[in-house]
Amino acid sequence: MDLGHDQLADLYHRLWLIRYFDENAQDLYRRGMIRGTTHAYIGEEAIAVGACAALNRDDYITSTHRGHGHCLAKGGDPKTMMAELLGKATGYCKGKGGSMHIADFELGILGANGIVGGGIALATGAAYSADLRGSGQVCICFFGDGASNQGVLMEAANMAALWKLPVIYLCEENKYAEFSPSLPFIAVDRIEDKARGFGLPGVTVDGNDLLAVYEAVSGAVERARRGQGPTLIVARTYRIEGHTVGDPLSYRPKGETERWKSPERDPISRFGRHLVSTAGFSEQELAGLQEVAWAEIEQAIDFAVDSPDPEVGTLWEDVYA
Amino acid sequence: MAIRQLQYREALNEALHEEMARDGTVCLFGEDIGPYGSPFQITRGLYEKYGEKRVRDTPISEAGFTGLAVGAALTGLRPVVEILYIDFSTLAMDQIVNQAAKARYMFGGKARVPLVVRMQGGAGRGNAAQHSQSLEMWYVHVPGLIVIQPATPYDAKGLLKSAIRNDNPVIFVEHKLLYNTTGPVPEGEYLVPIGVADVKRAGADVTIVATSRMVLFALEAAERLSAQGVEAEVIDPRTLKPLDVETIVRSVQKTGRLVVVNEAHLTGGFTAEVAARVQRQAFDWLDAPIMQVATEDVPLPYSGPLELEALPTVEDIVRAVRETLPTGRR
Repeated sequence: MDLGHDQLADLYHRLWLIRYFDENAQDLYRRGMIRGTTHAYIGEEAIAVGACAALNRDDYITSTHRGHGHCLAKGGDPKTMMAELLGKATGYCKGKGGSMHIADFELGILGANGIVGGGIALATGAAYSADLRGSGQVCICFFGDGASNQGVLMEAANMAALWKLPVIYLCEENKYAEFSPSLPFIAVDRIEDKARGFGLPGVTVDGNDLLAVYEAVSGAVERARRGQGPTLIVARTYRIEGHTVGDPLSYRPKGETERWKSPERDPISRFGRHLVSTAGFSEQELAGLQEVAWAEIEQAIDFAVDSPDPEVGTLWEDVYA
Repeated sequence: MAIRQLQYREALNEALHEEMARDGTVCLFGEDIGPYGSPFQITRGLYEKYGEKRVRDTPISEAGFTGLAVGAALTGLRPVVEILYIDFSTLAMDQIVNQAAKARYMFGGKARVPLVVRMQGGAGRGNAAQHSQSLEMWYVHVPGLIVIQPATPYDAKGLLKSAIRNDNPVIFVEHKLLYNTTGPVPEGEYLVPIGVADVKRAGADVTIVATSRMVLFALEAAERLSAQGVEAEVIDPRTLKPLDVETIVRSVQKTGRLVVVNEAHLTGGFTAEVAARVQRQAFDWLDAPIMQVATEDVPLPYSGPLELEALPTVEDIVRAVRETLPTGRR
């Protein structure tokens, strides 16, 4: 599917929306306005945006603890998300979920999960449901390289392959799993090799190249809609920040982060350069989109800060339907 | 005209047939539930009627297929999962406790998880430690879950139908030694409401609360006690959570004495929960401490005599009742 000028502009704007959202989320956490913790998607934006560009509004995604990017890429509202991070009544989950549990069922966002790999079987089930209902919907399951070691991945992928379920397992290989590098914990050379063991095709892409992600996911979505079953896509990227805010990053070699922050590798810089050199965008246009994103995040923060806490009585609501 | 007698397993099977005919979004997942009809024959005939997508044989992957069912429940289906032994539900704990039970609340009320997870537990035929447990209290402890434990074919059918129609995740706990028991099950449509206890036998001298197979033991104990001039009221909660404490309290207000029987271990089991609630709500009516009859705090052993020693017996219940009586207390 060819992306037109307006679509490309929207994608570029979304990259910055995610970048600014998580930079500010980290800042708000350090200022004590976000409880618990928060996990930044900084540096990985091209994966969420490229992948969700291949989906329809009624397609599903499952997200992770590092999932603000997924939710924003799927169309989530920054104000409602920020309000949720601040635990306010106006948040997506009425303040009851927080950073790791954003969900918007009208947009097919079946929830971010605080259990590593927790969304894998759920996504497979959403695909099962779409298949049984004959709706043509697909589900992208985002998970990380650390999560690729969870046993439930094997169980779910086996079933998805057996029954040709319309699910795309999208592994965001950001080189780190919590507070350790991820490679020493994976026995195969390439995560995509696991796919063959499960019985489904696997492909690796440059996760910091938005259009490469878009192309790979589009292909997998097509396969899925045609009834040809699941795909494992491994998108290689880099987790710029720590696992959580305040992570001392003692397990990371010196200079590595700086290298990945460079314009040559940064996903937003790369996409911007492509838009200017190949898609007829001007620098001013890009700057304008970036400013719009910044303004939206500022508004989101204002909205969240000005919103009320949930009423105490709501503690007992929604335990049961 | 006499009501027909059905086996507990047949009653469950009928419930599934009826609910799958009524609602096209009801679907089944589990091991050997398709053409084989499930090891306890609960799903017999359903695969032939509804095909492999609605009656899905799964690999041996409890975490995977339970999680798959949660995802399906979030997206428009009404899955009924069979986990063959409650002991194996340990493999699906994340999916049940962290996903199914939490989705509605932590997503702010937008999610609905109309999921039923059927399991069976219980001991008495030498299945040993990993195939004999009664773990339902683990699920009673988790907010967001409904926990049902029917004792009779009538209750089993009516409650399974209610569970399937309920929009919450339901843990439905059967008993391996109840599958072949028979009881009256009327023809025609009926439901048993969730959260309502049933007085299985009226009496004025002592209240016995029992669940699952222990209901049968309690009724037998009541017969033995009746011959000794003691009339027991036997109450079957049927739903462990939400628990119908009111029915139990009303009975204790009448009898002044309570014995709770359950096959879970004594420590942290259902008997402890009922005792705690009733002593608070009916303290002034109690004429004796509440007695708990439960399984010993040991893994269930294989040897017959040892297993018998570990489990509650009818005599244990009779003895517990006698201890609540004026002549029985030391």
